[in-house]
Amino acid sequence: MAMTYSVTTRTGASSIAMIASLILVVVLVAAPAFASRGLIQDLFFILTMLTLAQFWNLLAGYGGLVSVGQQAFVGIGAYALYGAVILGGADPVLSILLAGLAALVLAVPTAYFAFRLQGAYFAIGTWVIAEVARLSVAQWQAVGGGTGTSLPRSALREIGAVNWIETAFDVRASAARDILTYWLALILAVATIAGIYWLLRSKAGLALAAVRDNTEAARSVGVDAGRMKWVVFLTSAFGTGLAGGLIYLQKARISPDAAFSVTDWTAYVIFIVVIGGIGTIEGPILGVLVFFALQSLLADYGSWYLMVLGLIGIAVMLFAPRGLWGLISERTGIQLFPVRRRLVGGALTQEET
Amino acid sequence: MSILSLDNVSKSFGALKVTDAVSFDVPQGQALGIIGPNGAGKSTLFNLITGNLVSDEGRIDFDGQDVTRVPAMKRVAAGVGRSFQIPQPFEKLTVFENLLVAATHGRAASEAEVLEPCADVLRRTGLLPKANSPAGTLSLLERKRLELARAMATGPKLLLLDEIAGGLTEAECRSLVQTIRDIHAEGVTIIWIEHVLHALNAVVERLLVLDFGRVIGIGDPKEIMDSREVREIYLGIEV
Repeated sequence: MAMTYSVTTRTGASSIAMIASLILVVVLVAAPAFASRGLIQDLFFILTMLTLAQFWNLLAGYGGLVSVGQQAFVGIGAYALYGAVILGGADPVLSILLAGLAALVLAVPTAYFAFRLQGAYFAIGTWVIAEVARLSVAQWQAVGGGTGTSLPRSALREIGAVNWIETAFDVRASAARDILTYWLALILAVATIAGIYWLLRSKAGLALAAVRDNTEAARSVGVDAGRMKWVVFLTSAFGTGLAGGLIYLQKARISPDAAFSVTDWTAYVIFIVVIGGIGTIEGPILGVLVFFALQSLLADYGSWYLMVLGLIGIAVMLFAPRGLWGLISERTGIQLFPVRRRLVGGALTQEET
Repeated sequence: MSILSLDNVSKSFGALKVTDAVSFDVPQGQALGIIGPNGAGKSTLFNLITGNLVSDEGRIDFDGQDVTRVPAMKRVAAGVGRSFQIPQPFEKLTVFENLLVAATHGRAASEAEVLEPCADVLRRTGLLPKANSPAGTLSLLERKRLELARAMATGPKLLLLDEIAGGLTEAECRSLVQTIRDIHAEGVTIIWIEHVLHALNAVVERLLVLDFGRVIGIGDPKEIMDSREVREIYLGIEV
């Protein structure tokens, strides 16, 4: 009997999901041709929140690092972009990369201090560091200090791609800028999901799952648990910084309180991941859609909106701790982005199929 | 040639000396059993060998290298595999994935390279039918087998077993002992801490008795078990 084994992660649903996501991406790329400016702005919001949620999910859901200080990386990324454009006359689109790098640089000392703390202390520690970053940036008078500043119109007008979009879609400059930032958000979100999916299916992804389940046992089989935490934290910071730069490029106006807002860039993001389903790629996707729907429905009810979000969050944590996607995949067994490696072939042929 | 050698190794926690000038050698391919009353320092001795603890004094050589200060992770790569007294599976991963983590990281190899070795370990430890089940769903015997299999997947030259037979029924214990004998027969050096003496004595060729962190006897299992000192201290029998 031939004893050859192989490994597969594919499921029926995942093949369909791959094709469906390709079609969806094509439709989204083409969206500016038929969608209203309002819809493009809504999609921009959904895509950037999805990116932030995927990175927080990588941190907390896979790395076990429950940070409530991710706004530090959104803020520092955004301010790096404004600094480069206003003070250095840099290209706003290229400056998005600088936003990611700035977040990466801030992440190194943040991790150095925060990794000495465990659990809730780690969470509070990251929040404190984010507040320090906010207060420090508020002292930076060249970009408006505590009151903030705007991106100069001239810098925005000089973006080559915006001119091209103006002619191609026959829209005004402001709408063209929305289309450009929307496309960039689409690229960022797709690259984030693809990158995280690739990571989870790699050898490092296995190590990450092992560390999440049992750190001591992971170390005992040769996994460098400390290194995994660093990789996850720095990757999340870089991606969060990119998203921060892009978000404030689209807004074209910044202030320290907004860019370092714990509510906007961490609390909402945690809500999205928790209601969607932590520790899955599908969870944040579902979560961001639910979050957007709730925000649209409850937009006119002021602070009731936050109370309803809170109640829903509590209800999900109590009754569906693995989130809405957890409920769905438990009932149906569907996994759109499967990472489980199944051993097939060899002596398993009879039992497994 | 000895694969492991401890020379005057000591470790204290505060004022308490848990390992007291311990010296012994383990020849390549031998199965050594370690017994001793609770609190004798058996698990601490294990942790010193795996590198989870660093000794205060003395020297540990493994496979011709001084590993006294080498961290646990690197000792795995050098060939020290261990099981935990209380099984510590990666619960959400499948049995196969548990082995895959150990094999890829313990041997610094790619997933493709370790596929067949992992399947082979699954077969030898009787876990093949459970390969694709999440480890969190296993029974106690299966968890113990997984501890053994995961340690084996790292490709160890020296396998450290920590009370792996504890809590099993008579029949379960017998089948596990058979698996360990098979692994030993293939030439893997084994150090095994165990309270279930008949299981231990069915495998080991040499026995070490630890009491208050000191080696009070090492040698042929039968002679050790018959010695007056061991019977008094360890078995509590008045001679």
